[in-house]
Parts: sequence; structure tokens; C-alpha cells
Amino acid sequence: MNNFAYAQPRRLESLLALLSPTPGETEVLAGGTDLVGLLRERVLTPERVVNVCDVEELQGVHEVPEGGALALGAAMRLDELHEHPLLESYTALHQAICGLRSLQYQAQSTLGGELCRRPRCWYFRAGHGLLADGGRLIREGDNRYHAIFDNAGPAKFVSASRLAPALIALDARAVLVGPEPEYLSVVPLEELYQTPIDESQRETILQPNQVLAQILLPQADASAAVASAAYEVRHGEGPDDPLAAAAVSLQIESGVVRQAKLVLGQVAPTPRVADTASRLLVGHAVDQLRAEAAGRAAVADATPLSRNEYKVQLAEVAATRAILKAAGLATGGFDE
Amino acid sequence: MKQSTSASPPASGFTRRKFLQGSGAAAAATVLATTGGEALADHHGDEVIAGETTITLHVNGQNRQAVVEPRTTLLEVLRYQFELTGAKPVSADGSSGASTVLIDGKPMMASTLLALSVRDKKIETVESVSQRNSGAVPAAFVEYDAQQCGFCTPGFVVAVRAFLDKNPNASEAEIRAGLNGNVCRCGTYANVLQAVIALVKGGPRG
Ligand SMILES: Cc1cc2nc3c(=O)[nH]c(=O)nc-3n(C[C@H](O)[C@H](O)[C@H](O)COP(=O)(O)OP(=O)(O)OC[C@H]3O[C@@H](n4cnc5c(N)ncnc54)[C@H](O)[C@@H]3O)c2cc1C
Ligand code: FES
Repeated sequence: MNNFAYAQPRRLESLLALLSPTPGETEVLAGGTDLVGLLRERVLTPERVVNVCDVEELQGVHEVPEGGALALGAAMRLDELHEHPLLESYTALHQAICGLRSLQYQAQSTLGGELCRRPRCWYFRAGHGLLADGGRLIREGDNRYHAIFDNAGPAKFVSASRLAPALIALDARAVLVGPEPEYLSVVPLEELYQTPIDESQRETILQPNQVLAQILLPQADASAAVASAAYEVRHGEGPDDPLAAAAVSLQIESGVVRQAKLVLGQVAPTPRVADTASRLLVGHAVDQLRAEAAGRAAVADATPLSRNEYKVQLAEVAATRAILKAAGLATGGFDE
Repeated sequence: MKQSTSASPPASGFTRRKFLQGSGAAAAATVLATTGGEALADHHGDEVIAGETTITLHVNGQNRQAVVEPRTTLLEVLRYQFELTGAKPVSADGSSGASTVLIDGKPMMASTLLALSVRDKKIETVESVSQRNSGAVPAAFVEYDAQQCGFCTPGFVVAVRAFLDKNPNASEAEIRAGLNGNVCRCGTYANVLQAVIALVKGGPRG
């Protein structure tokens, strides 16, 4: 590890003041499960590391005044989210956290760190840059775990977050703050992510001196109950990343889907909202055939690379099973 | 999901006059402004630490001094300054679970924690965790032959203790699911499972 300076502020204001506007000069540290490895391997070489774990404004679950939403602090640990009484009804979120299957990651990882964890692309982790020579190394090399959507440009990694598909399906919004505490922007969580077009960009829209402060979740409304689920296709049970993942939320009234939001994970440089597939569900009852049709629609426009065509089917299966699970027609997955 | 079309910062819409962007921004700002609102002293404050510093860590019930740089990990301090060599350096990224320790009672990986980040925490390593409940966890590992080379064992022992503290009546399926954060290169999983099942059956002592 290169050396760096370190700070552990307690207030949002101090945190932001410690972050540099120059890309790469400072890095935000949360649980450290991802960042410390990247520092050790010198994939990142910041001059200063700023720990967000003690920042008061980034803690806890709060009801947003005027109601309608819960604000989840970005420094909350995943096990705290999992055990929080106000979050019980957000099934997909719990399934995504349980699916991590590691006591250690659940206790140490934070909400913000999980949502901002860097891509697992082995070219990036080996120091070839986020895009791996403008995408060339991935196009010509071993791309079996890379993107099957949105991969025509230089970015071919897959978005690494395991919680993002679930939270996006649940209509979460992200609260971004910085460069000063009063500069605050709220975006649908899917818009936190971007497909970078050159090495000056990262995989989120966060500026180097901005942080993810909170996630806003719409509050459960008893009159329109939302069912949700997450499903991952994995090699095995250990601390490994999924090959494909999906999450869905369904608002079902009298057996008919009124609203649906299906999101694929691990298939593109961003979490991928499957609009066409979601629309196929609306106005119908969910059954095996309908779920399969939506699964097929979700991957219809996939553009696999030379070695990852197998992921298309896995993504289809993940989508189909997530839908069936949310509708209570199937069980299974790594969250049980 | 936005495909960036230009290199200009996507957040350039931030201006003094328009600093609350997006629906719910005002409400979110209120929450941020009221969270932790008491004027608490900024404990480590804006203090920026560079180079070597002497810090105090609370390890296994004792306050101990260590000389660290910001990049020094907790695992390095435990092994090379405190001679607590139970936690093992297996994976740089913590994926093996071999460096598992308890931080304020929760299982975390000493290899991915900076020593400076745990200054105010209660740190427990396998050297003390293994003694709890009259040493029931290591005793069960011995009885069920749950180790071969033993390199993963200290991490497993801490993880098993943390897991049982939270799930004293765990089922076999829950044990399998709960202990996935630890990797055993020698493949002793079946025996670890048996040891943990025995601890659950053994009741409160386990
Ligand atoms: C080999 C390996 C295997 C893994 N397998 C699993 C697994 O099976 N199960 C599992 O649960 N997890 C797994 N993970 C990792 C884990 O899920 C993520 O690393 C973790 O969630 C990151 O959270 P953190 O709080 O530790 O973040 P950190 O490592 O501290 O930070 C991650 C990134 O997010 C940024 N960041 C953090 N907080 C904020 C914020 N508030 N605003 C803006 N940016 C921020 C950091 O700058 C950094 O780039 C694995 C990781 C590795 C390295
Ligand atoms: S006993 Fe050898 S690694 Fe587990």
C-alpha cells in the first residue's frame, strides 16, 4: 500500500471539507471491505483517505418530514439495515442482504460502500484502468464475467452492487451531498449510475468531493402493498459475486399486477431497469408463463461478448425466478 | 442508467441558487440537518493524520499502544506488534475470513480494517474469543476433527462464536448459510458443520 493521510470526521461538513475536487486525490472509506484491498493493490493511490463511518448525518433510519419516505443513512452497516424494524416490509432488500451470506461482510459493509463498490472486473483490479485500455483488453481477452448489455462503448465491466437492483426495484432515491453541505441533490437510484465513456469518469455520477449521504425509500402504503424479491445466480455459496441477478417489485391488487419494476444486476455497467419486461407484467396475473415471457423480454436485446453468451440465459432465469418469488409462486435462492 | 454524453460533470447543475435538486430534496435536507443535531465535539475532528502516530487500541480487555501509519491494517498491528498471531493474513481483500476478529462484538476482517479506524472500539481476537464459554468452540473443533492444516481455524472459531451468540438454536441450513464468509482450503467444511451442530445441541454452554 502507498502511504496516505487519514481523517475520520464526525460531521458531514468536516467530511466534505476534507475531500478534494481533483479525481483520485482523495478516496472515501466506509467499511473498507472493498477500498482497503484496492489501496493495497495500488489500483487506487489517493493522497488522503477520509473515513465516513462516524459521520453523524450518515447514521440511522429516519422518517422524512411530510411522510412518504424513510431516509437510510449511507454509513449504516448491512446487518443494521437487515435488523431494523422500520424496514421489515422491504423483502427484496432483505433477500439481497441475506444473499451475501457472509457474517463478516454483513457486519462490516455499509450501505453507501455497497452501492458504490467498484467493479470486480479483473482487468480493473489488475491495474489496467476501469475501461481496460478503452475496452480492448476485455473485447479481445477473457470477458466471461463482463457485460452482456450496454457494452458497445469502452465500458464493459458489470456494476458490482448487490443491493442496487433490489433498491432500484423498490423505487429508492439517492441523496448526494457536496461539495458543500448545502449542495444536495436527490436522484432516482438508477441515475446514480452511469456508463463511463473515458477514464476521467467513474461508474457513478458522484463528483470526487461529493458523497452518497442517504437512500430514500418510499414508505410502505397499506392500501397498495408492494411485493418484492431478489434472485441471484451464483457459482456457489461462498463470498463470490453473482453471474446474473434480478430484483422486482410488484404492486398486486385483486390478483392483478398494477405496477411492476424489474431490474437486472451483474449484466451491464449499470444496474439495468427492464422496462419492456416490466410492462409485460402490468394488467395481468403472474403465473409461470407470464414470468417466463417477462424473463425472455428482459434479455431480448442482449449483446454478449465473445465468451459470455451463457450469461444471457442466466439473466433470463434470474428475472423469471425473481418475479415468481415476488408473487409467492416460487422459493429458492441464496437468501434462505 | 444514464449514458454520459459529455465529459462535463453531470452534477454541474449545482449552483448557489439551485442547491436543492430533485423531488424530496428539501425533506432530505431537513433530515440531514436534524440528524445527530446536538453540537457534539468532533472527536477526531478534522484532524488529518499523516506519517507515524502512536495510538491506543483496546484489545482483549487491555489498552495497548501501537505505532501506526494511516495505511497500517489492524491485522498488521495484531500480528507484528501485539504478537497476537491467531488472525491470519490469507487474502488481501478479506474474502477468506481468516483474519476475522470481533469489533464491538461484531465479526469483521482485520485485514481490511485500518488500525486508525478502530481506535475507539472494543477489539477481541481469537486468543480471547476462543476462551469464552469454557473454550467450547475449540473443544468442539478438536472433538469433530474440524481442521487439517489449521490455517483457517482461528477465523472460523471467531465466526462460529459470533454466529452462535446471535443464533444459539441455528438449524443445519442456517449454519451452512451463516458461515459462508470463511474459506477452508483443506475442505474441512463437513467437520466444521458437525462441530457447530454439536455446539447448538450442547445448549447454553455452546
Ligand atoms: C473478493 C471479494 C469478495 C466479495 N464477496 C462478497 C460477498 O460474497 N458478500 C458480500 O457481502 N460482499 C462481498 N464483497 C464485498 C462487499 O460487498 C463490498 O466490498 C462492500 O459492500 C463495500 O462496502 P464497504 O462499506 O466496506 O465499502 P468500502 O470498501 O469502504 O468502499 C467501497 C467504495 O465505495 C465508496 N464509498 C463508500 N461510502 C461512500 C459514500 N457514502 N459516498 C460515496 N462513496 C462511498 C468508497 O470510496 C469505495 O470506492 C466482496 C468483496 C471482495 C473484495
Ligand atoms: S484446515 Fe487448512 S485451510 Fe482449513
